[in-house]
Amino acid sequence: MTKIDEVERHLFFEGIYLKYGYDFRQYAEASLDRRLAGLLGDYQASSLLDLLKRALREPEEFRKILGSLTINTSEFFRDPTFFKVLRESVFPVLKTYSKVTIWSAGCSTGEEVLSLAIALKEEGLDRRATIHATDINPFVLKSAKTGIFEASCIPTFNKNYAAAGGTGTPSQYYGAEYGLVRFNPDLLENVVFSEHNLATDAAFLEAHLILCRNVFIYFSRELQERALELFARSLVHKGFLALGSKETLRFSSLAPNFQAVSPGENVFSLLSRSEPKP
Amino acid sequence: MIVVQHLHPSTNVTPSLIYRSRARLSFVEAEDKAPIEEGHVYFAPADYHLLVEKTFRFGLSSDRHVQHARPSIDVLFESAAIAYGADACGVVLTGANQDGAAGLRAIADEGGFAMVQDAADAEFPLMPSSALKAVPSARTGTIAEIAKELSRISRS
Repeated sequence: MTKIDEVERHLFFEGIYLKYGYDFRQYAEASLDRRLAGLLGDYQASSLLDLLKRALREPEEFRKILGSLTINTSEFFRDPTFFKVLRESVFPVLKTYSKVTIWSAGCSTGEEVLSLAIALKEEGLDRRATIHATDINPFVLKSAKTGIFEASCIPTFNKNYAAAGGTGTPSQYYGAEYGLVRFNPDLLENVVFSEHNLATDAAFLEAHLILCRNVFIYFSRELQERALELFARSLVHKGFLALGSKETLRFSSLAPNFQAVSPGENVFSLLSRSEPKP
Repeated sequence: MIVVQHLHPSTNVTPSLIYRSRARLSFVEAEDKAPIEEGHVYFAPADYHLLVEKTFRFGLSSDRHVQHARPSIDVLFESAAIAYGADACGVVLTGANQDGAAGLRAIADEGGFAMVQDAADAEFPLMPSSALKAVPSARTGTIAEIAKELSRISRS
């Protein structure tokens, strides 16, 4: 692996931020450096400064670079037991509200949003729930909006659907054609997709449930702290926050504001806000 | 000490249940952002890469597989080589692919200490023999010899 020069990394991300507004300046370095090293190889660039030059001059190239810098690993009902916890411990509380706002932060190509929409539908929450699905990358949002995926995702979908507590038959939610599957458009009816950058943007809604799974592992502790503050400000009292199965609040100063809902799964409920809402 | 094992993605690692030690070490799964401390043997969680940050804390990632593996030894070793430099010590044991070879090279290039299990001693010799090819100067030995060497290094 090519070693990444710290000064060059700094200049690279400052340049990207100034030109395009994407802020990678506080991402966790070790995994980011691997992606940068991969990019240097792909572009046969001699240095990050060389790559920066291309990214600044050619927006089309930047789009590809952006795709390599953000991780878009996602699958339907990822960590199926998490969806079980949602159905058993979170949805009963959501049912006490007449309108439910859910924020999927870092929704990537949309697998989680569809999984969530299916679970809401089966629990009779689909009519009153609105899902705000956000990501830093506009190109993955565009793909998420279509509800179309490679058919190769179906075995995982079928397997995880059952393990996640699905009550119907998985195939009722999609139709397959030409190696692709299209999920029923009604699943995305109450989903609003928009760009949002957890590193720079502000709170924009009041949510009953926020899902931000497998995003924090790419953030530095400082950036995690910022995002957590943002979530605390965006949640109703006793609102829920779901993190990835290997993500923890243990090293955050905001940990005392959250209470674990279900031991083993990273679902928390907000006890108190870090500061009064302006 | 930090350990990467190639496991099935759905394996739930509970290292303390799998490993018992006569030494006063605790066997734990590595957590994202946790500070790396002495006296612990950390294991990479299944289906995540495990990395060492320059702040000597752990990082996890769901980046694509490396050498068909996640967690990958190369990913751990290359990040450890950068974080620990000449203080890193890499050991490649039995295994059925070439993961670990490039990582061990990275550790050796930074002046760290490289060890490889004797291919004859390994259940699956491909991984150690690939590592030895990448780092011909690596110390080789049986599991018992490597254990002895590790405890010598940790005392010095």
